Amino acid sequence: MTLPRYVGQRLVVLVPTLFFVSVMIFGLQQLLPGDAAVALAGEEHDPAVVAAIRQKYNLDRPVPVQYAIWIGKVVRGDFGESMRNRIPVAELLAAKLPVTVELAVCSMAIALLIGIPAGVIAAVKQGRPVAVAANVLALSGLSVPHFWLGIMLILLFAVHLGWLPASGYVAPWEDLRRNLATIALPSFVLGTGVGGVMMRHTRGAMVETLGADYVRTARSKSVTERMVVLKHALRNALIPVVTLGAIEFGRLLSGAVLTEQIFAIPGFGKMLVDGVFNRDYAVVQGVVLVSAALYVLLNLAGDVLAFLVNPRLRGTT
Amino acid sequence: MRWTRILTAFLVLVLLQAGVASAQTVLRIGLNDDPDALDPTISRAYVGRLVFAAFCDKLFDVTPDLKIVPQLATGYEWTAGGRSVVIKLRPGVKFHDGEPFNAEAVRFNIERHLSTPGSFRKSEIGEIKSVDVVNDLTVRFNLAEPLVPLIAALTDRAGMMISPKAARELGDRFGTRPVCAGPFKFVERVAQGKIVGEKFADYWDKANVHVDRIEFVPIIDSTARLANLRSGDLDMIERVSPTDLAQVRSDPKLKVVSVPELGYQMLPLNLNNGPRGKVLGADPRLRQAIDLAIDRETIIKTVFNNEYIPGNQFVSPVSPFYNAKFPVKKRDVARARQLLREAGQPNLAFTLIVPPERDRQEAALVIQAMLAEAGITMTIQTQENVTMLTAGRKGDFEAYFTFWSGRPDPDGNIFTFTTCNGAQNDSKYCNHDIDGILTRARHEPDAAERKKLYDQTTEIMLRDLPRLILWHRRIFTGHTIRLQGFTPHPDGIIRLKGLKLS
Repeated sequence: MTLPRYVGQRLVVLVPTLFFVSVMIFGLQQLLPGDAAVALAGEEHDPAVVAAIRQKYNLDRPVPVQYAIWIGKVVRGDFGESMRNRIPVAELLAAKLPVTVELAVCSMAIALLIGIPAGVIAAVKQGRPVAVAANVLALSGLSVPHFWLGIMLILLFAVHLGWLPASGYVAPWEDLRRNLATIALPSFVLGTGVGGVMMRHTRGAMVETLGADYVRTARSKSVTERMVVLKHALRNALIPVVTLGAIEFGRLLSGAVLTEQIFAIPGFGKMLVDGVFNRDYAVVQGVVLVSAALYVLLNLAGDVLAFLVNPRLRGTT
Repeated sequence: MRWTRILTAFLVLVLLQAGVASAQTVLRIGLNDDPDALDPTISRAYVGRLVFAAFCDKLFDVTPDLKIVPQLATGYEWTAGGRSVVIKLRPGVKFHDGEPFNAEAVRFNIERHLSTPGSFRKSEIGEIKSVDVVNDLTVRFNLAEPLVPLIAALTDRAGMMISPKAARELGDRFGTRPVCAGPFKFVERVAQGKIVGEKFADYWDKANVHVDRIEFVPIIDSTARLANLRSGDLDMIERVSPTDLAQVRSDPKLKVVSVPELGYQMLPLNLNNGPRGKVLGADPRLRQAIDLAIDRETIIKTVFNNEYIPGNQFVSPVSPFYNAKFPVKKRDVARARQLLREAGQPNLAFTLIVPPERDRQEAALVIQAMLAEAGITMTIQTQENVTMLTAGRKGDFEAYFTFWSGRPDPDGNIFTFTTCNGAQNDSKYCNHDIDGILTRARHEPDAAERKKLYDQTTEIMLRDLPRLILWHRRIFTGHTIRLQGFTPHPDGIIRLKGLKLS
């Protein structure tokens, strides 16, 4: 099967997937207790105001009608408006996507920088203290709660040492240095978590490839151990790691709620949580739809990469 | 290797990005929440008021002791037996877009507040039936009924003046880029990120503005917010939690100031809102017993580090309208038990709905223990805030734990909660005498006479107890010692004029 055909098939599946996701998230939000109009009205309980809000946002129409109105607009690119801020959701999504992407990319970079070497070491030096240490490092990255780690890092680097800002975000085109300073700690927090996962994947894949026939062949040809590990084993081990890494990256893109709260990063995660608490339906639906689409596309990208790198997946041409 | 060259180039690029050194003073204020739309007509979040203080001046303002002072208006006069009020406007004021501030603009704003669907200001100034432009700097509001609290309402969002030209141009989107007449001009807002303003060059009182740029940064987590203040990334934080005070006070680079709030924390009780009203609504002695079993002082000492003020009335003990004849009662378990026996319910049981917020959850637990000693079984049901408020409106509660942020005029703290058709009367308490007294109090311009009417109200309230007022918080503001000129106000709003950052 050729690559274009493979990609085409997968893209076709994207449409029903997104449709299903849209129905799910719309339906789930309706299950949330509490009245959205009351949420917006807050302290002011003036019934006339609440009624006006209900009317403006179609909250008094039957649920299937509300869904139809919403999905009809989405298909035309109109994701509706945040009831709280009156800003179009599409605008909010466009503003926050670069932030979320940057945070995800930097976190992934740290995760790979930590995870892959740790995994290789753990696989190659199995049983030795170095491997145990690598394992512990990975597990602690997975188990330490993000909000705790985040606060600890803020206290150390911002309050006591004063090296980095405690929170906030500055766009890279505004001030690159400050942008990197603001993204450093949150990326590290997220990166250690994903790094743990990547380490485990790498270790597993490496152990498998190191036991393979072609590696034994290479060793018997007196190839140096370093070359065996890096050139022969790692390159093949990276195939499943890349695929899994794409999935992890997709998860990062749906926003890291707690980390964004602690570091006041205006990304998807924070927008999602605020949207749920404020019953800002359009915002939540918009974020979930976009995240789902990105996730599916990234999954596809991971598979395409695997397809390109591993000839065996291409089958007979 | 190619890699090292790329890396080096990147590092050089980063290091070259030296921030331009500027002599601009920037004041960074941390907010506890993210404000909603920055449009005075439809904004309802408290934290939005802090941001408005920078961008939108109002007709009047209040001093720390709640006196009304001029801002965009210079004075007012009641005429026609209180049925209309003539307001004189300040000359030479410009909006941020250069448009002149005048009586026509005031009329536009008031009509916008009254006619916009979903306007939150309608309930505050709905008594205004029409606005007349007398001349360029004089405007007259004609009311259906005299309304003394109207001027106090004009010290908040209802009195904020936006540029009519900008309002027409931006329409529904005004809240995304407000154009008003305040000391700072709106620059940008990163959605759910910071809100930035710069000093308005043509501000009418620009001599008193000593800061060039202002940034509001919402940081929801209180620990992170405090860390930002300590690290110097923020210059000021609002509404510091009592449990964080020790940290701020022990830091020599920081300072805390406090002021009693205008509002109160309370437990509205369901008296007649659906079937659940039968539990506590049957007999006032049940409610009096609950009130007597609670030891407010002990709770404030143990849960809030003794930083709050015990309360029992709809204004705090420091308010001139507080009825000193009825101070907060001491706890009396024996009397509580006796009242319950007299009412025929020695084993009263009810449910209190509490949001998952640390302060209220801890206080609720202590209250639960205190009530148990009087034979009352209080079950705590945790519900998320919006769910709880919805339940309150629908009558799906016996008691819930909420607060009111407070208004400068006492009417704002009681009228809508206690009158038979009050929009915020979830208890559905209905006493026509009270309705009469409170309505007269709104129409009575003489402060001493008003006090008498509110005194009567308090006496009845403490007997009927449709809601239990528990305490009044103090509003703590933390800031760097480099900041001078800050005076806290009971509404918690940070006024920016006079602030100097060294």
